[in-house]
Amino acid sequence: MKITFDWLKDHLITKEKDTKLLEQLTNIGLEVESVENLSNGLDLFKVAKIIKIERHPNADRLKVCDVSIGNQEILKVVCGANNAREGLITIYAPPGSVIPKTNTKLVVAKIRGVTSYGMLCSESELDLSNESDGIAELSSTKYAKRIGKSFFSKSSSNLIDLSITPNRPDCLGVRGIARDLAASGFGKLKELKEIKIKSKIKQTLNIKINKEKDQGCGVFGSCLISNVKNIESPKWLKDKLISVGQKPISAIVDITNYVMLDINRPLHAYDADKIEKGIIVRNSKEGEEFTALDNKVYKLENGMCVISDYKGILGLGGIIGGTRSSTEFNSKNILLESAYFDPRSIRKTAKKLNLDTDAKFRFERGIDPQSIEAGLNKASILIKEICGGEISKVDIQKLETYKNKIIRFNPFLFEKISGFKISTTQIFKILKDLGFQYKKEKNFIKIIVPSWRPDISQEIDIVEELVRISGYDKIKTIYPTKVRSKSTLTKSQKLFHFLQRAIASKGYLEAITWSFTDSNYNIHFKEKNKEIEIVNPISSDLGVLRNSIFSNLIMSIRKNLDRGFKDLSIFEIGPIFTGSNPGEQNTVVCGLSSGKKSRLSWIEEERNVDVFDVKRDVIQTLVEAGYSYDKFFIDNETPTYYHPGKSGRLFLNSGKDNVAAYFGEIHPNILKKVDVKTESLVGFEIFLDNLKLPRKTLNDQKKQFDVSDFQKSERDFAFIVNKDVKAQDLVNVISSVDNKLISNIKVFDVYEGQNIPENQKSIAISVTIQSNEKTLNDNDLENITNLIIKAVENKTGAKIRS
Amino acid sequence: MSDLTKIKNEFFIKLNRKLNLSELNDIKSNLFGKNGLITSQFKKIGSITENERKKFASDLNILKDELQNLINVKITEIQNAEINEKLEKEKIDITLPERPFVKGKIHPVSQTIDEISSIFSEIGFNVEEGPDVENEYNNFTALNTPDNHPARDMHDTFYLDKKKQKLLRTHTSPVQIRTMLNNKPPFKIIAPGRTYRSDSDQTHSPMFHQVEGLHIDKNINMGHLKGCLEHFIKEFFEVNKIKMRFRPSHFPFTEPSAEVDIGYQFKNGKLKIGEGDQWLEILGCGMVHPNVLKNVKVDPNKFQGYAFGIGIDRLAMLKYGINDLRAFFDSDYRWLNHFGFDPLDVPTNYRGLSR
Repeated sequence: MKITFDWLKDHLITKEKDTKLLEQLTNIGLEVESVENLSNGLDLFKVAKIIKIERHPNADRLKVCDVSIGNQEILKVVCGANNAREGLITIYAPPGSVIPKTNTKLVVAKIRGVTSYGMLCSESELDLSNESDGIAELSSTKYAKRIGKSFFSKSSSNLIDLSITPNRPDCLGVRGIARDLAASGFGKLKELKEIKIKSKIKQTLNIKINKEKDQGCGVFGSCLISNVKNIESPKWLKDKLISVGQKPISAIVDITNYVMLDINRPLHAYDADKIEKGIIVRNSKEGEEFTALDNKVYKLENGMCVISDYKGILGLGGIIGGTRSSTEFNSKNILLESAYFDPRSIRKTAKKLNLDTDAKFRFERGIDPQSIEAGLNKASILIKEICGGEISKVDIQKLETYKNKIIRFNPFLFEKISGFKISTTQIFKILKDLGFQYKKEKNFIKIIVPSWRPDISQEIDIVEELVRISGYDKIKTIYPTKVRSKSTLTKSQKLFHFLQRAIASKGYLEAITWSFTDSNYNIHFKEKNKEIEIVNPISSDLGVLRNSIFSNLIMSIRKNLDRGFKDLSIFEIGPIFTGSNPGEQNTVVCGLSSGKKSRLSWIEEERNVDVFDVKRDVIQTLVEAGYSYDKFFIDNETPTYYHPGKSGRLFLNSGKDNVAAYFGEIHPNILKKVDVKTESLVGFEIFLDNLKLPRKTLNDQKKQFDVSDFQKSERDFAFIVNKDVKAQDLVNVISSVDNKLISNIKVFDVYEGQNIPENQKSIAISVTIQSNEKTLNDNDLENITNLIIKAVENKTGAKIRS
Repeated sequence: MSDLTKIKNEFFIKLNRKLNLSELNDIKSNLFGKNGLITSQFKKIGSITENERKKFASDLNILKDELQNLINVKITEIQNAEINEKLEKEKIDITLPERPFVKGKIHPVSQTIDEISSIFSEIGFNVEEGPDVENEYNNFTALNTPDNHPARDMHDTFYLDKKKQKLLRTHTSPVQIRTMLNNKPPFKIIAPGRTYRSDSDQTHSPMFHQVEGLHIDKNINMGHLKGCLEHFIKEFFEVNKIKMRFRPSHFPFTEPSAEVDIGYQFKNGKLKIGEGDQWLEILGCGMVHPNVLKNVKVDPNKFQGYAFGIGIDRLAMLKYGINDLRAFFDSDYRWLNHFGFDPLDVPTNYRGLSR
């Protein structure tokens, strides 16, 4: 909502200054978005007279004008307008001025070899009208004596742009803002002069609101103004509209706009001669069409509120008029409409047609239903003043009668909510200033809400008004006490934070990427999940919710590789989606590592990152998080986006729970498809929701500290096994032999090739044997060694290598 | 001259020459070997007369110790010399690069969330979460924003179905609804998380982060709201004084509603929070609307309180001098490295939020 202080002063008596105004507007909840100084430079535009015209020596269509700008100063200005002629009084813009329409700054310039000191302006260039054909022609009777003076009479006051919250339609009119300001102590609201049409002429056009289900129009008021002469608006009106950034069009249109801006009463003017027989307000039928004032043809659905005549649709009520009945300069008879449209109906229709207009903006927020006659009175009397003609009586058709809203307000609620006190007298004053009527009852105040405040319907709304007008600075600050009765994070939240930092501590940079992704990437990682489409994505490459973090992360890797970084480790912790219902999501830690380790190192051997790097990161992280390494179970059943031979699936407990993590090389086909060029790309996913939360605290989890000081022995074994036997199987067998004596098992070599039969491999394992009770003698050691060999050979088909 | 003196003279001279280890070992065996000179002398002890034996034995022992000491000293000398020589050869260029060490970083948004949680933890808030996909009811209707309410225009919503029943939450406020529906008052929670609006330009990204706050109890009024936020802002920006302005605004789910501005200025090209006469809007808040409480079956006549919503990304930008919101989600390796935090830098109350 754009206003000026000058316009406010039409409604407000105040001695306060501009700067105070801005502060006060903000203080009462009318947020100042921006302030523009319109007078800045506008005074540079001068009334000027063309004294002499010569043809431009180098261009047929240009003229070189001698222009008098007062004080006997005459300048040469090059001009291309057809209507430039000797003796014409027009508007001159000097070098340094900024042309409002194009926002360009003028400089002294050579135009085809002739120096031009400024330019002569058309009305459209000054945003005065749409007239762009030729330069402005000012009447010589009015302007002859003003040559050299500023064209814009008084320097207009600052243009203040307010961001009006959707609950305050009343402040979409200057008067509403003035009322709020006055209530807050910023001056006094002027009484409205009661002006009323006194007419004996009947409104002869027949008007009817159809009684239909969901009729969007409750009241339709109108009057006819006949024999008008629609002209350009007088200067005061033009200036007023220009001062808030509106473009004057014609007196009739300007007046309706003025009334709308002044008291937030939208009106519509029809050329009455173009209306066939009468007006019918009704619901549209599917397929009906009309051409709106924006020159677009709208095809309507059932049930949209339209204003029609006996021939067809004239306009969409409260949203936009049609071209068929629009007023023009030659319009003679005007039908002025002032109606009440239901906000929901307006909003529904405008949304369906994707239409946004000033009228729609106002009606969907709620127009004062009691302002119908005031609007007709104010506008028609102005039309008569400016355009002449005769005004008919006002005709009001209505389906509903306005009922006052009444609130029983308990004044105690104010202090209960706001935390501070104000006196009853103050309460009454604020209510009165805002236009409420009230009556004190026993424990309540009976309050009648003014018709322009659709936002107020219950006690809390009254509290808000009272706090707002009293000033938020009155609220006392009560500092919080440092007491905590509940732990801040749940166990799963703690795990989230722990894993996040644990992974970062292993060399991964944390990234945050969108929860949506490109379906062309997602398809590689979605496996059996449904694709979850966003109906209205911001762009087609962000069209689906991600089924895996990999799609976004791999794009990030590619972008960084393109930037020339080769050895990258990044991760993200966040949601992936399994369905489009709330809750169908899982939290995943997902990481990718590309390129090499120790690239270009003088000291360490360079190698590709590999699956055992990510395996370490995953396992180490889970161990740090408190899960028991001894219970981990790993196999190689992994999703298709991993290398089938170089990837693993990890369970916290063999067979008993959900997948805790996947890790491995990313499938080479995917690298090809997404065009990632790197020596190696490995990744992992840890599924937070599948990690069982330890029920015990860390303290309870710790076993008693129990170590043996008896001598320990190490025995090395080399087993020859079939290739498909896994190291994990051997380790499991060995550890089950005697968990009291076997304290550590370590695989230290795997060998295939010479001296080993084909399809077999040798696995070397070192086993630490130690007792809690005694030093083991050779006999004891021999026994356990034999047990180990026997168990491994029996259970895995291995042969001890001698 | 006795034999002992002869041995002494001869070997003291020998041992004081420059010797290597093998020469020294030769000398050692000449003296102490099986048939060594000293060994032979010891064998003689039995054949010496009783009168002289005592003195001879004593002299021999002294000589033996002297020679042995001398040999040991020599051995140490030689060994030291050899070690020194070896070390000298092992000298390297210590200015060569160290072994590579790669450490990861925590994203500034995550760090900021931890900072926020830490501050609110101390004054008794606990962290709640909700799903990213929400239903229309929790995101709007329950929050007193019925369909066809113009306030919905303030949220450009991503929908997951044509009927507009499922959507990506446009704010963290639906967590209020979920929390209150599933528990009994009092409530004192914060809810950080991802939020989504179909908006993308220099200052908007389709995904961003918010933290919701909710405190409902029997007598929580606007004064508590003011105090809580002032405490938070001071703690978060780690300043003692803060210029803060509460100004009336409108959100459908709170009434009265306020927006909070903080004072700032540019000092030597850097943004300074808490001083100056420029205002920066940083959050929206208000007293939870009675309609919202009714929707979650909390009696507004018995319970009341406040809620607030803060943009986390924006807070991070202000605190850590980050200019471009979109860079947060671009995963540029350089940016992550530059603005990221050491994972060991966990914000805590006792050692401060940041270094």
